[in-house]
Amino acid sequence: MRQLIKAEQAFPFMRYRWWAWIISGILVVASIVSLGVKGLNWGLDFTGGTVIEVGYDQAADLSSIRQTLDENGFGGAVVQSFGTQQDVLIRLEPLEGVKVQELGDQVLKVLQSAADANVELRRIEFVGPHVGDELAEQGGLAVLAALTGILIYIAMRFEWRLSLGAVGALGHDVILTLGLFSILGLEFDLTVLAAVLAVIGYSINDSVVISDRIRESFRKFHRGTPEEIINEALTSTLSRTVVTSLTTILVLIALYVLGGQLIRGFATALLFGVVVGSYSSVFIGSSLALALGVSREDLMPPEVEKEGEDLEPMP
Amino acid sequence: MLNKFPLWKNVMIIVIIAVAALYALPNLYGEDYAIQVSATRTVTVDDKTLNQVEQTLSELGVQAKGITFENDQILVRVNTDAEQLQVRDALLQALGNDYVVALNLAAATPKWLAALGAEPMKLGLDLRGGVHFLMEVDMDEATRKIQEQMRDTVRAELREERIRSSSIRRVDDDVVVELRTAEDYTAARRYLNNRYQGYRLIDDAANNTLRLRMTEVKLKETQDYAISQNVTILRNRVNELGVAEPIVQRQGASRIVVQLPGVQDTARAKEILGATATLEFRFVDTESSLRDAEMGRVPFGSELFPNRNGGNTLLREDVILTGDHIVNATAGFDENQRPQVSISLDGPGGNKMSLATRDNIGRPMATLFIEFKSTGERDANDRLVFERHEEVINVATIQSRLGSNFRITGINSQQEAQNLALLLRAGALIAPIQIVEERTLGPSLGQENVNLGTKAILWGFILVVAFMALYYRWFGWVANLALTANLVLIIGVMSMIPGATLTLPGMAGIVLTVGMAVDANVLIFERIREEIRAKRTPQQAIHYGYDSAFSTIMDANITTLIVALILFAVGTGPVKGFAVTLAIGIVTSMFTAIVGTRAVINAIWGGKKIDRLSV
Repeated sequence: MRQLIKAEQAFPFMRYRWWAWIISGILVVASIVSLGVKGLNWGLDFTGGTVIEVGYDQAADLSSIRQTLDENGFGGAVVQSFGTQQDVLIRLEPLEGVKVQELGDQVLKVLQSAADANVELRRIEFVGPHVGDELAEQGGLAVLAALTGILIYIAMRFEWRLSLGAVGALGHDVILTLGLFSILGLEFDLTVLAAVLAVIGYSINDSVVISDRIRESFRKFHRGTPEEIINEALTSTLSRTVVTSLTTILVLIALYVLGGQLIRGFATALLFGVVVGSYSSVFIGSSLALALGVSREDLMPPEVEKEGEDLEPMP
Repeated sequence: MLNKFPLWKNVMIIVIIAVAALYALPNLYGEDYAIQVSATRTVTVDDKTLNQVEQTLSELGVQAKGITFENDQILVRVNTDAEQLQVRDALLQALGNDYVVALNLAAATPKWLAALGAEPMKLGLDLRGGVHFLMEVDMDEATRKIQEQMRDTVRAELREERIRSSSIRRVDDDVVVELRTAEDYTAARRYLNNRYQGYRLIDDAANNTLRLRMTEVKLKETQDYAISQNVTILRNRVNELGVAEPIVQRQGASRIVVQLPGVQDTARAKEILGATATLEFRFVDTESSLRDAEMGRVPFGSELFPNRNGGNTLLREDVILTGDHIVNATAGFDENQRPQVSISLDGPGGNKMSLATRDNIGRPMATLFIEFKSTGERDANDRLVFERHEEVINVATIQSRLGSNFRITGINSQQEAQNLALLLRAGALIAPIQIVEERTLGPSLGQENVNLGTKAILWGFILVVAFMALYYRWFGWVANLALTANLVLIIGVMSMIPGATLTLPGMAGIVLTVGMAVDANVLIFERIREEIRAKRTPQQAIHYGYDSAFSTIMDANITTLIVALILFAVGTGPVKGFAVTLAIGIVTSMFTAIVGTRAVINAIWGGKKIDRLSV
């Protein structure tokens, strides 16, 4: 048997929980401060406006593009390269006297007539301000709905201390992921929001596996303090935690490296979220349950229920 | 103990995977360059058209890969993109303006597969290139028009009843009637009460005032009508653009989605979608000679227009009324069972019509239809050239003074009446539309996204397969087999669901699924290792490993499924695409990772006595 982790004896995870609390505490506070002070760099989907991506057949001269746009009355345009040197992304605010719907086409025309090189339109996105607000509202609603749905399921499935631990870990992961986007100033658009929701799914997935095991261990071992038993459960699931995070991280790295610019924000959020999620389900979720005083009596099945009653037969 | 699956279970697993593989198969065949011929409203595609197409091809000397005639469309498949352009141009010339000839990519699914209903996945605009518009219909305007019409009706009817009012106005969403005296108020109240369907009468005796307010039902009806009418117009116009497989759909209460795959020139598309085809009512010039006019001597103050019978009609230059005053048009029959079209005009339109027809009873009046039509030609910038297209669609003699409601008779058939009603309705947008969201993607970027997504899936897959093989050895390979089956299942299911569209985030969802799908097997294999460490026999280890991991796997996957379903319900566009693949991936991965791997493990190791397991 090849093992990443060989543990004959339970590893004392909970002994280090104070370190985890300190580290996570600092990170959460930093994230919240950044979210409060700096906020998120909202993408076009939420703010409304126009984004144009054009492709040049040679390396594009950003400063001359800026100049061209300024000269033609499109001052205030944000011009940056996108992925490669040939690709240029231009972000425009609504302009007076120009119908917003036509802004993109006009800019393209200006660039095409100004450049000696071939300018190819790769992408235009225009989102009306009203639509942006709606998308933001829908996004917020989605996060709330997802959280509520999961809370209900977890509350039904587990004892409240374990549930609260899982939810605490979940909140921790979401705050840190949002914090990362805020601190680094990465653009937060609809796909990133989808990634944050996927992080919620992954994080809860991890916590559920561990909570399941904690419950099982409490029922199986009749001796030992709650701390020892949680350590035992964490040790026996550690191999799974590490392997699953590894495979997920591997595919996400493939996605980050090969998936292209449009999907990079998505991959970044998930990559970070999965790492943080694995850490938090081990150190934060279970130690939270411990702090809340989880004990054997709470997790013992009612008298009538047999051991393993909730395990359904295998297909 | 031994681990064995009954035969039916093994057969079921094989059948499920085989069916999915069959339906996933068309995705491997790629696409043919194709030209799609469909009819505009004046003609239909039939065998004659098909002959014409075939003849054009043989004249060109192009050997088509196939010509099919289905759903009122002719699809010509050719071998290269150069041939595609050549054939399109030739067909445009041969068929003329009445047909829409569009470039398309058609799935190169073999006939036997297509006969089973197997089709490749539909690709979203972010993978295909094209334009997505979200348009908002101005609902206030739609309601305003209807209320103005109501105001005029009330005004006319009260006058007829000799009930004296001091003013009848539209105030916000109400029609407000102020009466002169208490007697008038009582009379009006009695008259108006329950007279109009969809309206509620609110009285205010102290001020001798009555208010007619639209009921919620009527308001909704009005708005629904405005939307569906605009959808019809947009669909007509999109057809004129010559786009293959366009989507024009209502979204929510007041929006319309228009998706034009392959269209690059958004400025042009917007121009056409926003343009108004319109109608004009004019008097026929009966004093001058039509023949002289046809010879080129058009009298001053008149204009010559083609009519539907292939001839010409001479009309006065002055326009009695334009089509934007038309609020509704419906086809029906008159008292002699002859087809007719009933037209409702808005207030100002009714007044104009009334004034113009008062002194012209007995004169013929013509209906002139004007729209911007594609000529099929392209200018220097490869843009379709559009021209103003005018046609006299109907001439009728004025029988009496007309108001806001009148009818056009003298129509040949019920079919024609319906077409005319549609044209009249389609002629003028009932409410203005505005583009509130646009997403355009070049075709090269679309193809690039497909390549990037495929590469990410492939490499993600390779990395996971390598890791699993290294870490769990033979059991790892079983998991890898399940992972492969899972990919086939996802693609098969995506191809089978008619509404499912693959987007770039959808591909990201598949990548994520590849990474997370092995989790179930990791859980199971770790349990099996534990059981072995606990000195169980290999067969017991397999049995208890699967058993004890099951509820954990269920719990873990259900939570992720909840997230995916919520994303699907709330998300739009790309996010929905992610949710679809994620949800499908979770369900299929549970099947392959739990049932699929168990079948393989049972088949290989389960039926015999073994000393150790390769896990």
